[in-house]
Amino acid sequence: MKFHTRRPTALAAILLTASVALTACGDDGGDGGDSGSGGDGGGALSMTMLPKNLGNPYFDTSTKGAEKAAEELGAEIEEVGPEAASPDAQVSYINTVAQQGQDALILSANDPEALCDAIDEARSADVKVVTFDADTNPECRDLFVNQATAEGIAAKQLELISEQIGGEGEIAILSASANATNQNAWIEMMETELAENPDYANIELVDTVYGDDEDQKSFDQTEALLQNHPDLKGIISPTTVGIAAAARYLSDSDAKGKVALTGLGTPNQMREYVENGTVESFALWNPEDLGFLATYAAAALVNGDISGEEGDTFEAGDLGEFEVGADGVVLLGEPFTFNADNIGDFDF
Amino acid sequence: MSTHKPTAPARTYAAYSAPLWRRVLLTRETAVIALTAAVILYSIVNVPNFDGPLTLKFLLQDIAPILLIALPMTLVIITGEIDLSVASIMGLSSVLLGVLHENGMSVPAAALLALLAGLACGALNGFLIAYVGLPSLAVTIGTLALFRGIAVGLLGTKAVTDFTEKWSDVATGTIGDSRIPLVIIPFAVLAVAFVVLLHFSTFGRGVYDIGLNDEAAHFTGVDVARTKFILFVLSGVVSAFAGIYFTLRFGSARGDNATGYELQVIAAVLLGGVSIFGGRGRLHGVLAGVVLIGVISSALRLESVTVNVTNIIVGCLLVASVILPSVLASTSSRLPRKAATPPESRPTQNAASAGV
Repeated sequence: MKFHTRRPTALAAILLTASVALTACGDDGGDGGDSGSGGDGGGALSMTMLPKNLGNPYFDTSTKGAEKAAEELGAEIEEVGPEAASPDAQVSYINTVAQQGQDALILSANDPEALCDAIDEARSADVKVVTFDADTNPECRDLFVNQATAEGIAAKQLELISEQIGGEGEIAILSASANATNQNAWIEMMETELAENPDYANIELVDTVYGDDEDQKSFDQTEALLQNHPDLKGIISPTTVGIAAAARYLSDSDAKGKVALTGLGTPNQMREYVENGTVESFALWNPEDLGFLATYAAAALVNGDISGEEGDTFEAGDLGEFEVGADGVVLLGEPFTFNADNIGDFDF
Repeated sequence: MSTHKPTAPARTYAAYSAPLWRRVLLTRETAVIALTAAVILYSIVNVPNFDGPLTLKFLLQDIAPILLIALPMTLVIITGEIDLSVASIMGLSSVLLGVLHENGMSVPAAALLALLAGLACGALNGFLIAYVGLPSLAVTIGTLALFRGIAVGLLGTKAVTDFTEKWSDVATGTIGDSRIPLVIIPFAVLAVAFVVLLHFSTFGRGVYDIGLNDEAAHFTGVDVARTKFILFVLSGVVSAFAGIYFTLRFGSARGDNATGYELQVIAAVLLGGVSIFGGRGRLHGVLAGVVLIGVISSALRLESVTVNVTNIIVGCLLVASVILPSVLASTSSRLPRKAATPPESRPTQNAASAGV
């Protein structure tokens, strides 16, 4: 009779345990056999793609390129990643890659320094590590596939604005936050180039403002720029949030068509403004090519075609041949210019 | 009066109590431990590479901050209070460690100041809750925002990453050649201390008394305010310690470090059998709860399941663990009870099963 006095928690205990035990037994016959094989068997290459975060159209596009390359190479690739772009969240995924014994890890690093310990551990488990889009310290990884050099980005933006304003007049820069590393490096290079290059002798940089990569603030800063500098001929916004907000302001203002706008933007954000004539052209790299190249580079490392030394060369499908530069950097090429003619081909 | 006396001792406390083996085995804690063991076994058999040499190390490193904070959090929740500011205290201690180290202070000195900051944060929470008498939910939601705000304000959007190699190695190292991370040593010491404090001390009895009925606890001589104050201070200090470990392990001090960890800690504590209404729960169940969540996340990551699915599974498990006992309670209350049990024995039974 004592059985009837069982307490609810006791019943819960039995039920919970039983249900798990049963499911465990039910699945036993599955794939238990191949645990630990880890892809060393000389079969297909196994690679993991770890972007800064998931659900980001930019990285969706680079993963698309990576998958295309993997298909050409007959490799297996899977994309994993955290919800938010923080370095500590990426560490777990890097650890997982080490546990799985994947052949290669292709990642965009959320921090140049913080990921190094985890990457070291993965590399000592024979994982080749290729960074793309955002690098870690050079000694941490095997290769970095650079989308564009700072010089290339700075030069491209000046070239575009100079073309659009006819080589003379006042220009201004609408940047991200005042301490954004990338943007500040580009701005510094543009300032030097403006001062030194005789082609730009008649172009004057009158102001640099910061929209903090917030849409509304960038919008307001654009309005302020136009009010403070009535003779302004062009704006360069080397940040995707800034250029889209500036374009939105310009397209509804009298300045549309009179003040040129260029910078770094994504086709999806800028499509409307290119089509309605607010923006003639803007630049960015093609993330699909970036993912594609990174995957080929990773495969070349795993197959032993290259070791990541300066001067090594490898083929990357349709993109042609690439050479490894100093510090294990592979450069995708010049920034890509988007304009009314080609913007329809892109979706990111 | 005198006629009643001989009948009263006829049934002693022990007579109402379940046999020892059932009190030990058929508990919520045992269920969680069994479930954890089952999930581990299942993963070893079915998840590729889960039996690999790196799994234990990474798993323990991942759950170490949660294991640490779960210790004081269990006591706080058993008193019927809650501390939502733990992750923000982690973030603040992380930033302090980074900022002080960047300005030339050695890691141990900066860590000590970060621990003191954690103590101060806990003391602020404790003072407002225990002595001013404000509800802990409101106070710690406020300080969650406050401490996080200070942390982000101190460091902005940048990160401090140049920590002395020696100390990052301590945070990521293992004990000798084993797979056990070094951080498990301070955790083991703290775990023993908290088990003694909660289960084998007068202070711990007071913690349960407060959770069951704080007014009654007050009248039986428990210093309710002091107990709560001490618990929040402990929670602050341990959270700061977890923040220091977190910073050194990832080698990165950022204002947004450990955002959202409070929910993982509270989820693990509730999964481990602690009642959110207070007065019920044991530490070994909580620790099993933390391990369970860690193993599930680790196994699912190895299976390349996205983090959203992991969250869904942990969420369902948590909801089930809260709902199931209530459902079973209502079912089993319809079952016939022990015939000999007189109605007035029920309060005694509830007290006995209260996990005290």
